[in-house]
Amino acid sequence: MCGIIGLHLLDSELEPQLGSLVTAMLTQMSDRGPDSAGIAIYGDVVDQGLLKYSCRSDDRNFDWISLAAKCGTRLVRHGEGVVLTGVPGLQSQIESHDVSIISTGVAVEVFKDVGAPISVLERFDIESRVGYQGVGHTRLATESAITTDGSHPFSTHDDLCVVHNGSFSNYFSVKRDLEALGEKFLTENDTEVAARLLGYEMSHGRDLGDALKVLQKTLDGFYTLLCATQNEFAVARDSVSCKPAVIAVHDRYVAMSSEYRALAELPDIDKAKVFEPAPNEIHVWTR
Amino acid sequence: MTPTVFDCETSTVREINVALRALPSGSSATILNPKGRHNLAVGMIKDLNITFEGSVGHYVGGLCDGINIKVNGFCGWAAGENLMNGTIRVTGNASERVGATAHGGTIVVEGDASTRAGISLKGGSIAIAGDIGDFAMFMAQAGILLVGGNVGEALGDSLYEAVIYVAGTVKSLGADARYEDITESDVSKIVALCETAGFTHIDPNNVKRIASAKQLYNFNSLKEQKY
Repeated sequence: MCGIIGLHLLDSELEPQLGSLVTAMLTQMSDRGPDSAGIAIYGDVVDQGLLKYSCRSDDRNFDWISLAAKCGTRLVRHGEGVVLTGVPGLQSQIESHDVSIISTGVAVEVFKDVGAPISVLERFDIESRVGYQGVGHTRLATESAITTDGSHPFSTHDDLCVVHNGSFSNYFSVKRDLEALGEKFLTENDTEVAARLLGYEMSHGRDLGDALKVLQKTLDGFYTLLCATQNEFAVARDSVSCKPAVIAVHDRYVAMSSEYRALAELPDIDKAKVFEPAPNEIHVWTR
Repeated sequence: MTPTVFDCETSTVREINVALRALPSGSSATILNPKGRHNLAVGMIKDLNITFEGSVGHYVGGLCDGINIKVNGFCGWAAGENLMNGTIRVTGNASERVGATAHGGTIVVEGDASTRAGISLKGGSIAIAGDIGDFAMFMAQAGILLVGGNVGEALGDSLYEAVIYVAGTVKSLGADARYEDITESDVSKIVALCETAGFTHIDPNNVKRIASAKQLYNFNSLKEQKY
């Protein structure tokens, strides 16, 4: 199963409501994925020369204040979530303190954990968040263990995040090819392979839409993918399309989810164009 | 008679379905705030008139016999799955597998329909005003699909006796489907279905007929066969 949701705001007046809108959307997808949940929030774009690091530690009492001081970063807490802002290139310094970095970027922040989606959202105080784009996932684990690292979204490159409903069948061979090209994997999860493939293609000059075309040719399996970068929001489906996808296009936003009920509370949804994308289609919206 | 009103905000799907089944034949009901809930009005076996004020989830009107349903919005997977008789009308777009395995009745979509429309249709009629996706009418055994717009890949793969009419373009036909000349009898069926559906944008004389070439389809129950 698994449930995916995404909201890409076109009207900046809705930005203060991003957190409450995506919270309502993801909560509706709880029974498609009760094992773990996660969400990427795009907003608070940092100044040039700075980077946000979304961090996580297994130690609930971890001393984030002293880590932030040691690394020369600003610390922002969102419930149990931690975002450090500092100069680029601090990854190994942060990770040397037994901390996992789950996303980096100028706009993206990722929060994920095991447990019921509603409690995960509360843990990271998602409802109050302001932003222009959100991408979320509720997981029913199939390909790898129920761990926070195996939860979605996968953010493997700056500002990229990927959520996935389905599974890939040839991901081990694609993973070997990407490892030979220098990509380093952190989990056994198939979606991480998809994210690294997209990130690798985009770091070699492709935009998200073209990177997704490469993915459709490279990865075999059944999937609905929702991906975002700082300015792009994209939905891709496999050639058989047995995994659900519903898209709503409105003057004020583009929204996507596994089922319509996640879209039902969006503002003015009755005026949106609601449809299911066709097999092999790639839809990309750019801010 | 004023319709009985149900609200999905205050009642569960099961409560609504049980209450609908308890209504006398010929009753009308309006359902507010369906908000994409699944399995609404499933298994109704009498002539009820049910209107959904908003979009519904999967399987609306499935397994019904004699129902008259109107959805003012979008519908999820398999609207009217296994419909035996009655009508289902969706004013917005339809998701996958609209009318899957339906035995009878009429399903009308005023917008577009996604993939696998009419898969394994066993009778009745499906009328789609707009476009439809890939793999429509896969292994459809009997009944009619009428499409006012364009059709995706692999239309009518492994068809049996069902017939497809398309006013727009077809990307590709599936295995064993072929174009055939349109007959007087086809035109009268299209005219009747357009009238039922309220479609005025289809020229009944300018429609493609697609049916089985019967190269894959060679069951013969009279012949001595071992299965």
